[in-house]
Amino acid sequence: MSESAQTGQAIVPPARIGRRGRMSRVWRVLRKAPPTAWFGMIVIALYLVTAVFAPLLAPYPETELVGGAFEPWGGQFVLGTDQLGRDMLSRLIYGARNSVGIAFMTTMLSFILGSALGLTAAISRGWVDQVLSRAVDVLMSIPQLIFALVLLSIVGSSIFNLVIIIAVLDSTRVFRLSRSVAQGVVVMDYVEAARLRGEKLPWIMRREILPNIMAPLVAEFGLRFCFVFLTISALSFLGLGIQPPTADWGSMVRDNAALITYGDVTPLLPAGAIALLTVAMNFVVDWFLHKTSGLRE
Amino acid sequence: MTNAKPSGTRTKGDLLLEIRNLQIEGESDEVWRPIVKGVDFTLKRGEVLGLIGESGAGKSTIGLAAMGYARGGCRISGGSVVFDGIDLLAASEETRRKLRGSRIAYVAQSAAASFNPAHRLMEQTIEAELREGLRTAADAEKDAIELYGRLRLPNPGEIGFRYPHQVSGGQLQRAMTAMAMTCRPDLIIFDEPTTALDVTTQVEVLAAIRDIVDQFHTAAIYITHDLAVVAQMADRIKVLRYGKSVEEAPTREMLTNPREDYTKSLWSVRRLGKQEQAGGEPVLQVKNVTAAYGNTVRVLSNVTVTVPRGRTVAVVGESGSGKSTLARVITGLLPPIEGQIIFNGEALPPALKERSSDTLRRIQMIYQMPDTALNPRQTVYEVIGRPIEFYRGLTGAKKEARIVELLKLIEMDESYVDRLPSELSGGQKQRICIARALAAEPELIICDEVTSALDQIVQEGILQLLMRLQRELNVSYLFITHDIATVRAISDEIVVMFQGRVVQQGPKTKVLSPPHPPYTELLLSSVPEMDPDWLTNLLARRKVTPESIKAGDR
Repeated sequence: MSESAQTGQAIVPPARIGRRGRMSRVWRVLRKAPPTAWFGMIVIALYLVTAVFAPLLAPYPETELVGGAFEPWGGQFVLGTDQLGRDMLSRLIYGARNSVGIAFMTTMLSFILGSALGLTAAISRGWVDQVLSRAVDVLMSIPQLIFALVLLSIVGSSIFNLVIIIAVLDSTRVFRLSRSVAQGVVVMDYVEAARLRGEKLPWIMRREILPNIMAPLVAEFGLRFCFVFLTISALSFLGLGIQPPTADWGSMVRDNAALITYGDVTPLLPAGAIALLTVAMNFVVDWFLHKTSGLRE
Repeated sequence: MTNAKPSGTRTKGDLLLEIRNLQIEGESDEVWRPIVKGVDFTLKRGEVLGLIGESGAGKSTIGLAAMGYARGGCRISGGSVVFDGIDLLAASEETRRKLRGSRIAYVAQSAAASFNPAHRLMEQTIEAELREGLRTAADAEKDAIELYGRLRLPNPGEIGFRYPHQVSGGQLQRAMTAMAMTCRPDLIIFDEPTTALDVTTQVEVLAAIRDIVDQFHTAAIYITHDLAVVAQMADRIKVLRYGKSVEEAPTREMLTNPREDYTKSLWSVRRLGKQEQAGGEPVLQVKNVTAAYGNTVRVLSNVTVTVPRGRTVAVVGESGSGKSTLARVITGLLPPIEGQIIFNGEALPPALKERSSDTLRRIQMIYQMPDTALNPRQTVYEVIGRPIEFYRGLTGAKKEARIVELLKLIEMDESYVDRLPSELSGGQKQRICIARALAAEPELIICDEVTSALDQIVQEGILQLLMRLQRELNVSYLFITHDIATVRAISDEIVVMFQGRVVQQGPKTKVLSPPHPPYTELLLSSVPEMDPDWLTNLLARRKVTPESIKAGDR
C-alpha cells in the first residue's frame, strides 16, 4: 500500500478508477479486518483448497475398502478406518468436496430463484407481489426440516432432488430479504427513469436494482450457506441426504456413531468439520455486515 | 407588535455570544479535515445575525458550534465560544446540557422530522421547561398557548393537543419555534427554518419568527441560503464560503454595497432573465385531463396545457397543487381518468406500457434530486451510454464519440466518463442527468424542480445551460417549479396551478403583470425580494391570506 495512493484517494477521487485502484482499496479494507474475520477467511480458504484438490490430498480413494473395519488411529491410516474399512482421512477430505459443493450449489440455486422472484415482486407490486408473498408465507409456515423429509421420502433421495427441494424451501427467506431491500431501491428516481426509457423488467432488475442491494444479499448468502449446509448434514445424518457410498460428513457421523460408546472421538471429526466451517462463515459475515451497514465501531 | 411586553430584565445591546477563531474538523475515511477554518463573530442581545452561503460552507456546523455542540463525525478543534461569560468549549457537558433548551434553543430545518410523531405537540413544546423545573405543567401549558397565539397559529387553545401529522408543515415549523421560545432563551439558532416550506407558507412563518424574536429581545442566528429571506430577518449578514468568512456587514449596507466579488456573484444570480418568445406550433397538448390516485383522491381536474415547440412552459404552484402529477400523467406513469395527451398531433396511449420506444424517446424527464436520479453504482459512461445504445443502437467507438459529444454539450469533458455519481458535485450530477435526457434526442423535456436542490450559483449555471440547449437544439421544456425567480428567468409561458386546477395561464409578461387572479396574486407577492422592508410592507398591504384562498375564494 503506497502512501501516495492513499493521499491521492483522500483529496480528489481519481478520474479513472483502474484495476489497481480497486485492488488496493480492497486490500486497505482487508488490512483493517478484525482477527475473527481473518480466522474465518483463512478457514474458508483451507476448506476450498481441500475441496478443489481432494484427489491430490487424500491418501486413498473415496470409496475403496483399504483395510479392516474400525481400525485405530496412527500407522497406515492416520485417522483410522470407518465401519466398512475405508480410510477416514480420505473420506473427510472428499467430504469437504461433496458436502461443501452440494451446499454451495443449493445456496446458489436458492439465491437465483429467491432474488429473481423477490425483485419481480418488488418491482411489479400489485397482485404479482400478493401472489408470490402469500405463496412464500405458506411455504414458510411448515417447518423446513420436516417438510424436506416428507418431500424426500415421496420423491426419493437423490442428490438432484435434495438440491432442488432445499433450494426451493430456502429461497423463501431469500425472497423476503431481497423483496424488502429492493422495495427501498424501486422507489428511486433512477428506476423510474429506466422505466420511462422503456427498459424491460430483467434489465431493471439486473442493472438498476441488483448492484444496489448486493451487500445485504452477499451477507445473507454466507448465512444461508451455513443453514443449507447444516440442513443437508442433518438430512444425511437421518439417512435421507447424500447417499452412500459418497463421502459426506453428516452420514459419516451417523455411520461411525457407535464408536462414541467406546470413547473414540472419530465420529466427532466430521461433526467438528461442520461446526468449524459454520463458525468461520459467521465470523466473516459478521464483519462484512458491520462494514457495509456503515456502523461505527 | 405594539402591545408586546418585552421581558423585563433583558436589555438590548449587551454582548451575548462571542466566537473567536472557531475551527471545526470533520472525519471521513479516518482522516480529519477542516470544515470551518477560523471564523469569528459576536452577537449582542436582541440582535439577529444572518449566516449565508452555499451548501458545504459550514453554516449549520457553525450554528451548532454556537451551542458548543459538534455533530457526529465532527469535532471542534480550536477557538473559543463564549456565551454570556461561559466558555462553552471548556465547560462540562453537564453545564452545556443545562444551557441548551433553556438559554440556547435550536430550530431545525425540517420540523416534521424533528417532532416525535407519537406525542402531542403540547407535551413536546413544554418538555424542556418541565425538565428544567422552571414552571408547573399547568402554567407551562398556559404559556405555550399564549406563544401559539403570538405565532399566529390558528386555534391556539387546541392546536397543542394535536399530533404532529395533524397540522401542516408551516404550522409545525411555528410550533417548533414556540417550543424553542418556551424557556425564553437568550439565543435561538434557526437553521433554514423555511427552506422546506412553500412560499405562501414561508411568509407567515417568517413574520411570526421575526415578531416573536423582536418581542422577547432574543438574539438569533439565522442560517439560510436564501438571500431575500435573510434580508428580511437579519440585522447583520455574514457571508461564508468553504468554512471561511467572506464578509460581514449590516444588512442594508451588505445589500446595497457588497464588497467582495463572491458576494456580488451571489447577489447577481437573481437577475437572470430571458426575452419571452411567442408560441409556435404545439408539440404537446394536454387536453381536459383528470387524474386520481386510487379511485378517491382526485389530484388533477380538467387540466389543459399546451407546450409550443422550442419554448418553455413553466408550471408553478405550491406542493400539493398537482404539478408533479401532471408530469406523471404526461409520461404515462399515471394514466388519466379522462382527457387526452396529444403529442405532435397524435393522441398518445394513456399508459407507459402501450407507448412505443420512439414515443418514449421523444419525451424525457429530469428530476429534482440528482442524487436519487442517478444510480450510485453506474458510471457516467453507463448512464449516458445506455439511452444512446437503447434508442439509437450505437455501440463501441460510435457510442463513445457520442458520449464525449454530449459531455461537451453540457460543458464537461471526457475525463468524467469513469466517475461514479458520488465523485461528482451536485451541479455536475444534474448536468449528467441533462446529458442522459439529451442522449435520447428528445423533443420535449419535463424538468421537475431541477434547480431547487442546488445552490444559487449552481442553479444559475444549470438554467443558463438549459436555455443554451434550447436555442441550439430547439427542444421544448415543461418546467415544473415553485420558484418564481426561476420562472422569470427561463419561461415563455406560465401555467399557475392550485389544488389540481389551472388557475391562470398565458404568456409570461401577461401572467406576471397585474391584474392577477387572487391566487396568483398571493403566490407572486409571497416571493421574497431583496428589499429588507419587503416583508413589513407586504404584511401591511396584504388583503388575501392563504387561509381565505384555501377556503375556496379563488
